[in-house]
Amino acid sequence: MSGKHSILIRGGRLIDPANNVDRQTDVLITDDVVAQIGEVNEPADVDLVIDATDRLIVPGLIDLHVHFREPGDEEEETIASGSAAALAGGFTSVVCMPNTKPAIDEATRVEYVHRMGRQARKTFIYVMGAVTQGRQGQELAEIGLMAAAGAVGFTDDGMGVQDTAVMLRALKYARMLDALVAQHCQDDTLARGGVMNAGYNATVLGLPGIDPLAEELMLWRDVQLVKKTGTRYHAQHISTAGSVEIIRQAKAQGLPVTCEVTPHHLLLTDNAIAEYDTNFKVNPPLRTNRDIEALKAAIAEGLVDALATDHAPHLKSEKELEFLAAPFGIASLECALGLYVKALVDPGVIGWPELIAMLTVRPARVLRVARGTLGVGDRADITIINPDVEYVIDADRFLSKSRNCPYNGWLAKSRVEKTFVAGELRYEAPER
Amino acid sequence: MARRRTDKFRWRHKHLLGLRDLRRGEIEHILDTAEGFEEISTRSIKKAPALRGKVVVNMFFEDSTRTRNSFTLAANRLSADVIEFTKTASSVSKGETLIDTARNLEAMGIDIVVIRHGAGGAPKLVSRSINACVVNAGDGFNEHPTQALLDVYTIRKVCGGFEGLKVGIVGDIAHSRVARSNIWALSKLGAEVILIGPPTLMPGSVEQLPVRVSYSLDAVLEELDVINMLRIQFERLGGNPFPSVREYSHFFGLTVDRMKRAKPDLVVMHPGPINRGLEIESEVADGPNSVILQQVAHGLAVRMAVLFLVHQAAIEEQREHRQKHRG
Repeated sequence: MSGKHSILIRGGRLIDPANNVDRQTDVLITDDVVAQIGEVNEPADVDLVIDATDRLIVPGLIDLHVHFREPGDEEEETIASGSAAALAGGFTSVVCMPNTKPAIDEATRVEYVHRMGRQARKTFIYVMGAVTQGRQGQELAEIGLMAAAGAVGFTDDGMGVQDTAVMLRALKYARMLDALVAQHCQDDTLARGGVMNAGYNATVLGLPGIDPLAEELMLWRDVQLVKKTGTRYHAQHISTAGSVEIIRQAKAQGLPVTCEVTPHHLLLTDNAIAEYDTNFKVNPPLRTNRDIEALKAAIAEGLVDALATDHAPHLKSEKELEFLAAPFGIASLECALGLYVKALVDPGVIGWPELIAMLTVRPARVLRVARGTLGVGDRADITIINPDVEYVIDADRFLSKSRNCPYNGWLAKSRVEKTFVAGELRYEAPER
Repeated sequence: MARRRTDKFRWRHKHLLGLRDLRRGEIEHILDTAEGFEEISTRSIKKAPALRGKVVVNMFFEDSTRTRNSFTLAANRLSADVIEFTKTASSVSKGETLIDTARNLEAMGIDIVVIRHGAGGAPKLVSRSINACVVNAGDGFNEHPTQALLDVYTIRKVCGGFEGLKVGIVGDIAHSRVARSNIWALSKLGAEVILIGPPTLMPGSVEQLPVRVSYSLDAVLEELDVINMLRIQFERLGGNPFPSVREYSHFFGLTVDRMKRAKPDLVVMHPGPINRGLEIESEVADGPNSVILQQVAHGLAVRMAVLFLVHQAAIEEQREHRQKHRG
């Protein structure tokens, strides 16, 4: 084995939903691939042995929805700082959204983000390109050339494509490439001016509300369009009970529709905004307990394909404004796992295997990338988790540049201890 | 004038509005007739007296130099008098309806109206309103029958026939009257038509047309015997159906590289005017596989044939009418 670098992870609970594995075992990594799974009698020339007793060994986690603000807003986050934060969160792959400045709406910009990701040498960076030029919602962006440059999907995220004819054209065009079109479902004619969920709380706080219909109508519209075009479609950050129903029907009809849910839409309601704390200002907005229950039920049913943070970093100075003026966004990449456990595993909505599936193989299948699995021969993207340790979320220690995290000070359970990317140990949690 | 197998065939249509309602034999008759007129172009006196004393009006409500010139020359070669009519130069700009315009011209004594109009069905409307012959030179995105006729004439000349021939039509099929007329002609003549382009440029319900559809040029290129590149119109009201010239050329442009993978004798066609570097690379447009200039030459013969045939049918109809009313 001269010239090869090998790492042995020993005695952990391997959870690999892609291959239906959930058992105590060892994992041997050689260079950048998984070489062996099963009891490994320690060979003499293993370079590193990791004791994974009482730990979970899972495929590197995948986050389908992050904002790394580069190019354009590097003071909020760069691809380098975001990648580091992702690793700390156990994510070995993330998908960057195109609402940078300028938008990622052509092949050279896709290549730029890929290159910055490679240079950072942390998490693996995937890119979604914009659907329309400049994300203006009018003319199609060069979807074909961006796909050829490696973009894994297309979205105008930050916004939804408002014009139905444009959306239909985009779906038709994307079908030619069998490309994935994702949507931030928000009808701006209904949502414009709103800063939180429309409802009792918005009324008593005196703030303009965003009606759930703004999300649900665009989602319903898109599903009808997908019925016609057959294009692969991914509903980003769904947040309402109504949206869950639309997804349920779409899947029952066999349509190629997938969806994701964020941690904040599982843990927070608009009650949290009582003090006008802008760390709770997010789009789609925090909803109600009824919506949370519907989302959890959908997750238990297997209707939700992925959990995604929609990591949206902002500077403290940007968020320290009146609620109407502050930017939307919650940053949670580094503490996401603990949040998912709190929302789903602890209350018994799902178990660890289903949780890991929604963070590995299922998002990988949405993107159609060779990730999210831990079989022999697979790329050694591996996350080691301590599922039982309790800790306090401390945003000041985040590797991200941002601090707009409403979970600061929360007690959480489950931490990422080590993250391997292509067989390289790129993150180790500091001793606490 | 050389004739093929159709001596007993009588052309009975005094209008040529489109190819969708013609039978295979009728299309072939036009091609055979055109063959005879092609010969005239090689004589030193390039005229035939078939339409002497007759008046042909070019009623063009849309810009077109090449089709108009082609019809003018065709009419001249048949010794007809030609009146040119453009939309702005007439009383249409003062709000006169299409039918009134046609009737006013007819009152001056015209025999054939060649009409190009932005609205599909306009030639049909005119044909119902006047007695003269009507030839469709392109109506909206419905049909452009003489273009398709010269296209299939060219294919017949170069390939010898249509059975088993695979003809690809590439580009903005949804808005192309040239594509539509070609689909009708080629499918009736026995060729296999493959429409190629992005889904946003395909007509609705395309699967109900007698065609195959491919969203990838590369996927079907090697099976094609003939490829007809349509001109791409990039500036379009109401949103472009594809992102950019660059992306279109990348996926659907007929490049020198693609020609290397195609059949060595692939026949390259284009109705013109070509956008060099957009739908077709210069070297290909000017190369040995290209029959683009021959298409133009054939257009003249085909239009002479059409003018001749519709006029013959009108004379026949008048004669039958007189006979019927003689008692």
